[in-house]
Amino acid sequence: MASIALKNVSKSFGGREVIASLDLQIERGELVVFVGPSGCGKSTLLRLIAGLEDVSSGQLLIDGRDATQLPPAWRGLSMVFQSYALYPHMSVRDNIAFPLKMARRDKETIERKVTEAARVLNLQDYLDRKPRELSGGQRQRVAIGRAIVREPVAFLFDEPLSNLDAALRVNMRMEIAELHRQLGATTIYVTHDQTEAMTLADRIVVLNAGRVEQIGPPLELYRRPATLFVAGFIGSPRMNLLGGAAASRYGAATIGIRPEHLSLSTSEGRWHGKVSLAEHLGSDTFVHVDVAGLGTIAARAAGDLDVRHGETLWLTPDESCLHRFDAQGRALAA
Amino acid sequence: MASTHTGATARLMLSPAVALLLLWMAVPLAMTLWYSLHDYQLLMPRGNDFVGLENYVYFLTDPAFFQSLANTFALLAGVLAITVIGGVGLALLLDRPMHGQGIVRLLVVSPFFVMPTVSALVWKNMFMNPVNGLFAWIAQVFGMRAIDWLAEAPLLSLTLMVAWGWLPFATLILLTALQSLDAEQKEAAEMDGANAFARFIHITLPHLARAIAVVILIQTIFLLSLFAEILVTTNGGPGTQSTNLAYLVYSQTLLRFDVGSASAGGMVAVVLANILAIFLMRLVGKNLER
Repeated sequence: MASIALKNVSKSFGGREVIASLDLQIERGELVVFVGPSGCGKSTLLRLIAGLEDVSSGQLLIDGRDATQLPPAWRGLSMVFQSYALYPHMSVRDNIAFPLKMARRDKETIERKVTEAARVLNLQDYLDRKPRELSGGQRQRVAIGRAIVREPVAFLFDEPLSNLDAALRVNMRMEIAELHRQLGATTIYVTHDQTEAMTLADRIVVLNAGRVEQIGPPLELYRRPATLFVAGFIGSPRMNLLGGAAASRYGAATIGIRPEHLSLSTSEGRWHGKVSLAEHLGSDTFVHVDVAGLGTIAARAAGDLDVRHGETLWLTPDESCLHRFDAQGRALAA
Repeated sequence: MASTHTGATARLMLSPAVALLLLWMAVPLAMTLWYSLHDYQLLMPRGNDFVGLENYVYFLTDPAFFQSLANTFALLAGVLAITVIGGVGLALLLDRPMHGQGIVRLLVVSPFFVMPTVSALVWKNMFMNPVNGLFAWIAQVFGMRAIDWLAEAPLLSLTLMVAWGWLPFATLILLTALQSLDAEQKEAAEMDGANAFARFIHITLPHLARAIAVVILIQTIFLLSLFAEILVTTNGGPGTQSTNLAYLVYSQTLLRFDVGSASAGGMVAVVLANILAIFLMRLVGKNLER
């Protein structure tokens, strides 16, 4: 287990800056999630830490020691790739044993560690199969197995769940969270899915166009987004962002209000409009209301609310939960 | 049943092609077999008597036969070794990003498009000639005696010429295979602590196994019937030092005008080629299953 620190780290590809100079301190045992839209530089940042790309400037410290110039294998990190990158001609056993073989560990140690990893990951029955004979979830587990047998100082996950179907994704997400609790290892996890980020992270790093928008625990990002981008990215369904007169009323360029902070009424309120869509999820109902001059506003209501397309609804924001942003997209103090 | 029906239709549709192919292959084979059992000499226009297996006895006890058999396999092994090992090496080099990649790849591939007779003559007259050849000049520069390649090491010379022609083919096949190797696999191995050599042995080489099997199979088919290069350079000599099976059959027919024993030789070559083919198909089949 190790702490990882990035000091003024930046990365350019042929003169084009993909990661602007950034500082980040990751504590021992922490699970940090890099999240952002595709092309925001989150995977590049992970590959910089892994050593698969060279940093253009700045320093990378692992446990306080400079690792900027170390080759990947010497950094003591393990990585789980998006494609799993299993070795197709090797059995599951050989795949998991590969890092140990490369480290020239003796046969007994390898056997013991592989068996142990297989037990933790429920892979005992598949050890002699080839990767192509496994399902997506099993392949994922083999990739994790290969990562844990080395006993790395930190784990790196590069969008590990993006190739799985929705149900399996939720399962594996829980398994990864459970594994992190068991091993207590420092973990960096990259995803474009804000739900994964919210559920897994101790701290989230939100990246946009190579810049850090905000760093903080999930709920802090949810409650106090520092920028317009974070406000729009974290939370599902998205926060309603309103500009123009509605915003200048509050002395802001843009105001944001989350769907759960709007109260609905059939008779009175601040804004009114026709229901364009009502999503009945059972526990909740998300109502999309077309408000003249403001656009479509989403609001959360109780699951038993009976509204239909075309009905008129009134919406009133809870002003204590209003987010205000200036013209540059920075949050204004409440 | 629809599937039986389609199966029958499919067979019907395929039958003309299969019949043509069968005719194309079966008739010459049958004729060769027929001639091989008869005393058929072009220089002695008497009746072609049935002689049983006498032609085979004559061909198989010819001292040139064992030499040509050994030469056939020596050429095959030499060329395969050079092209596979050299091909993997060249493919690894060409896979790296560099300036003028397109031009370099084109140049590397070009020997494959030179006709075997032309390339063999160029090698014979411009490189290996003991008086005017480039190799002789290089030897002289270093004050050494010029080597008469085709006289002193005819089999080695032929191996070099043929390997030069086939190296681009192997390189091309192996390069395309190399390009289909998942970059994340290499990176994963790098993170798992494998150095460049270990990555080559454990990741790259197993990935190339199938392509190597294909290269070996295709080259074997062509190299067993190697002929043009021998004809225009050594003529099988000196003596029979560079005669392979195909050339021996040729010399029986068109130099000694003995069609009977040449046909027997042809049949022997067919049997040998089939024995080799069985092993090769096993090798390739095992690799294609993956």
